[in-house]
Amino acid sequence: METKLKIELRTSPHLKQTMTVEQIMRNVVYALLPVCAFAVYAFGISVLALLTVTTLTCALGESLFCRLSGKPNTTNDWSIVITGLLLGLTLPPGFPLWMAAVAAVVAVGLGKALFGGLGYNVMNPALVGRAFVQAAFPVAITTWTPAFLDKRFTEFIPSTLTAPFMQPPALGDWIEQARVDAFSGATPLALQKFEQIITPASDLFTGMTAGSAGETSALIIIAGGLYLAARRMMDWRIPVGVLLGAALTSLPFWLMDSVQYPDPLFVLFSGGLMLGAVFMASDMVASPVTPRGVWIYSLFIGVLTVIIRLFGGLTEGVMYAILLGNAISPLIATVTQPRVFGAAGKGPRT
Amino acid sequence: MGILNLLRRNSFEHGIHPQQHKELTCRLSIRRLPFAPVLIVPLSQHAGAPAVPLVRPGQEVVRGEPVASANGFVSVPMHAPATGVVESIQLMPSARGPKTESIIIHVYEGSSQEVLYSAPRDVGSMTAEDIIQAVQDAGMVGLGGAAFPTHVKMKPPPEHKVDTLVVNGCECEPYLTCDHRLMLEQTDDLLAGIHIVMRALGVERAMIGIEDNKLDAVEVIARRLPANSPISVHAVQTKYPQGAEKMLIESLLGRRVPSGSFPSAVGVSVFNVSTLAQIGALLPMGQGVIERVVTVTGPGIRHPGNYLVPVGTPVRFLLEFAGSTPQAHELILGGPMMGMSVASLDVPVTKAVSGMVLLEASDADLRERKVQPCIRCAYCLEACPMHLNPSTLGLLAAKGDYETMADQFHLNDCFECGCCSYVCPSSIPLVQYFRIAKAINREKAA
Ligand code: SF4
Ligand code: SF4
Repeated sequence: METKLKIELRTSPHLKQTMTVEQIMRNVVYALLPVCAFAVYAFGISVLALLTVTTLTCALGESLFCRLSGKPNTTNDWSIVITGLLLGLTLPPGFPLWMAAVAAVVAVGLGKALFGGLGYNVMNPALVGRAFVQAAFPVAITTWTPAFLDKRFTEFIPSTLTAPFMQPPALGDWIEQARVDAFSGATPLALQKFEQIITPASDLFTGMTAGSAGETSALIIIAGGLYLAARRMMDWRIPVGVLLGAALTSLPFWLMDSVQYPDPLFVLFSGGLMLGAVFMASDMVASPVTPRGVWIYSLFIGVLTVIIRLFGGLTEGVMYAILLGNAISPLIATVTQPRVFGAAGKGPRT
Repeated sequence: MGILNLLRRNSFEHGIHPQQHKELTCRLSIRRLPFAPVLIVPLSQHAGAPAVPLVRPGQEVVRGEPVASANGFVSVPMHAPATGVVESIQLMPSARGPKTESIIIHVYEGSSQEVLYSAPRDVGSMTAEDIIQAVQDAGMVGLGGAAFPTHVKMKPPPEHKVDTLVVNGCECEPYLTCDHRLMLEQTDDLLAGIHIVMRALGVERAMIGIEDNKLDAVEVIARRLPANSPISVHAVQTKYPQGAEKMLIESLLGRRVPSGSFPSAVGVSVFNVSTLAQIGALLPMGQGVIERVVTVTGPGIRHPGNYLVPVGTPVRFLLEFAGSTPQAHELILGGPMMGMSVASLDVPVTKAVSGMVLLEASDADLRERKVQPCIRCAYCLEACPMHLNPSTLGLLAAKGDYETMADQFHLNDCFECGCCSYVCPSSIPLVQYFRIAKAINREKAA
C-alpha cells in the first residue's frame, strides 16, 4: 500500500502565531475611531470633511506611489488609514480642505514612500505632513474655532471650504456671530502661555475646549490607548514615559512660580500631548525596538515637549519633540542593545 | 512582567505560549508498534563520528545484538532492533538531509519483540568510569536535536565542579507527550536512571523540572520519593522553550549559564527523562538502545498515540500504521517548533526522534503569508529567551552582513528555538536567516 501524501518541505518553526501586521494596524484604527467620532461630535461636519479628505488623499497617494515605484499596492495593510486619521486629528477643525490634502500628500510622499514604505520610514508620516503645513500655512494652522457650536452639524466653518490655493477668510466675524459665550479664539495652551489663564483640568479631560480636531478629549484617547496596550499592539511604556517625562519636567517650574508656569496636570491634559503620547510617539516603526531604548526615547519626548512649550516661541511642542525622538531612535536603539542571556560582566553592551 | 513571573513561579524571562495540542495524545498509554518488514539503521544518528559496522550483508542478527561499534569517544555503537538478516549496508536518505551509510535489516516474519540478547549485571558495584563506559556501550544519545552522545555529557571538563543533576521533564514542544507518558508509566526506570547518573557524576542532588501542564507526573514522581531523597521534583511554568537547558537551569536554580558556555560552567548537568529512563532500564540488563517512545500526532493523523517504535522503522510504516487524512500536508520529525520536515517517507526513526507530527494544509497556510518589512514591533525581542535582538539581526541578514551579526549581535547565542519567527507579524523567516548566517560564518572560518 502506497501512502499518498503531498509533502511540503519547510524549515522550523512549523507553527506560527496568527497576529499579522494588518491586524495590528486595523486595531489601531479601531482605537482611533472613538477619537474621530468625538472630534466630529465636538466640531461638526467640518471635521468630518477634514478627516475624510486626509484619509482618502493618503490612501490615494499611497496607491499612486506604489504604482510609480512598481511595488504591490500596500494600502490594504491599514497603516495608511492611521496616517490619514492622525493627520486630520492634529489639524485645526476649520483647516481648509485643500491645505489638508497638501498635508496628506506630503505625509505619504515625504514621510513614507520616499523611504520605501511601511517599515522603512524614519519618522511618523502624519507628523511629517503636519510639520510641513505648519511651516507653509502658519496662519491657517493656528486659527481655532470653539467646540460645540449650535450650527456645527448644518454649516461648515467658513475656512473649511476655501478654494484651492486661496487663503482662508478671517474667522473673527463668524465666531463673533456664532459664539455661545466669550471665546478668544485661543487654545488653552495659548491662554496659559500668554495670559496665564488656566483652563480647568476637568474641561481638558472631557474635551470642552478649543484645539486641534482630535486633541481635545484626553479621556477618549486614554481609553483607546488602554485597549491597544491590553492587546499588546502598543508598547505601554511609550505613553507612560512621555507623560512621565512631561510631568516631571514641568513640576519644578510650577513649584518655583505657579503663576508663570502651568501645573503638571494642565501640562498633561492640554494640547496634543495626550494624542501624541498615545498614538504618535508609540508608532512602532519610528520608535526604538530595544526595551531600555523605549524608555529613553519616550522620556526624551516628554521632556522636550515641555521645554519647547515653556521656552520656545511656539505654544505646542509635542509634534517637534516626537519628530526629533523619531530621528534619534535608531541611535538610541544602537546604544541600548539588550544584554544577551548569560552575558559576562555588568552594564549595557553595545 | 518578567520579574513578577520569576517571583510567582519557577520560570525564565521571555519565551512564548503556543497552543499545546497535547490533549490529542496525553491520555493514551504507550503502545508497542509491530516490526516493519525492513529496518534502516543509520550509522550516524548522533553528533560525532559515525559508528563502524560489525556485520556484513547476509549475516543473521539477533534483536539487541551490537551491529556497529563506536568510533572513538564522541561516538556510540548501534544494536540490532530486530532479529533478521542484514540485507546490505548502503547510503540511505536521512531526516537530516544528506544520505548516510545505513545497515538495512530484513526482519524475520513473526520475530519476537522480546530482547534475548542481554548481560545482566549489578550496577550498584560499578564505578563511575564503568557506568560511563556502559552508557556508551548502550548507544545512548541525548534528545536535543543534535543527539549528542550521553556518556560524553557525563564527563564534564575537569575545571568545572558539577553539583546538581537537572532532569528535564519539561517537554515544552507543542503536541509531544512521549516524555509525559514515560514519566507516568516508567517512573521506576526513570528514578533508577537518575540514581545511576548521579553516581557517575558524583553529585549529591537531582532536581526534576516538569512543566505545570503535567502536574499528574509531578505527583506520581513525588509520591515515589522517600522523605529525605536527594531527588526533588518541581513544577515549572508551561512556556516554550522551558525545556532548553539554559532556561530550565535558570528556572530551577536561578543560575545563568554564561554566554558561549556549557551548563557544567555553573555546576549543572542536564539529562532528559527519556534518556534517564532508558539508562535505568537498559544498564542493569547490559542492553543497548533499540527502541524509543515516539508521539505520533497532529491534525493529519487518524490514530494519534504514543508508540514504542523500533529504531530504524521507516516513517512510511509508522504513517500507514497510524493513518493520515487527505488534508495532511507537512510531516515533521521531532516537535513542531524545532523539528525537521522530511522530504522522503523512507527516512527512518532514529534514537533522537521524539515525535512525528503531521500538519494539515490549513496549519501550513498560516506560514505561507507574504513576508512584509520589519515594523519594529519588538515582539521578537520580547520573545527571545536568549535576549537577542532578532529584529536587527534580521535586517543585517537581509543585507548579508553576517560578520556583524556574530561579532556585535551575538548570533552564536541563538539556539534556533524559533520564538522570534513564531511571533513576527511580518512573517519574516528570522530563524531561517540565522541558520544561513551561521552556516556561512562557519564556512568562512573553516
Ligand atoms: S531562534 Fe534565536 S534569535 Fe530567535 S528567539 Fe530563538 S534564540 Fe532568539
Ligand atoms: S517581530 Fe518581526 S516585525 Fe516585529 S520587530 Fe521582530 S522582526 Fe520586526
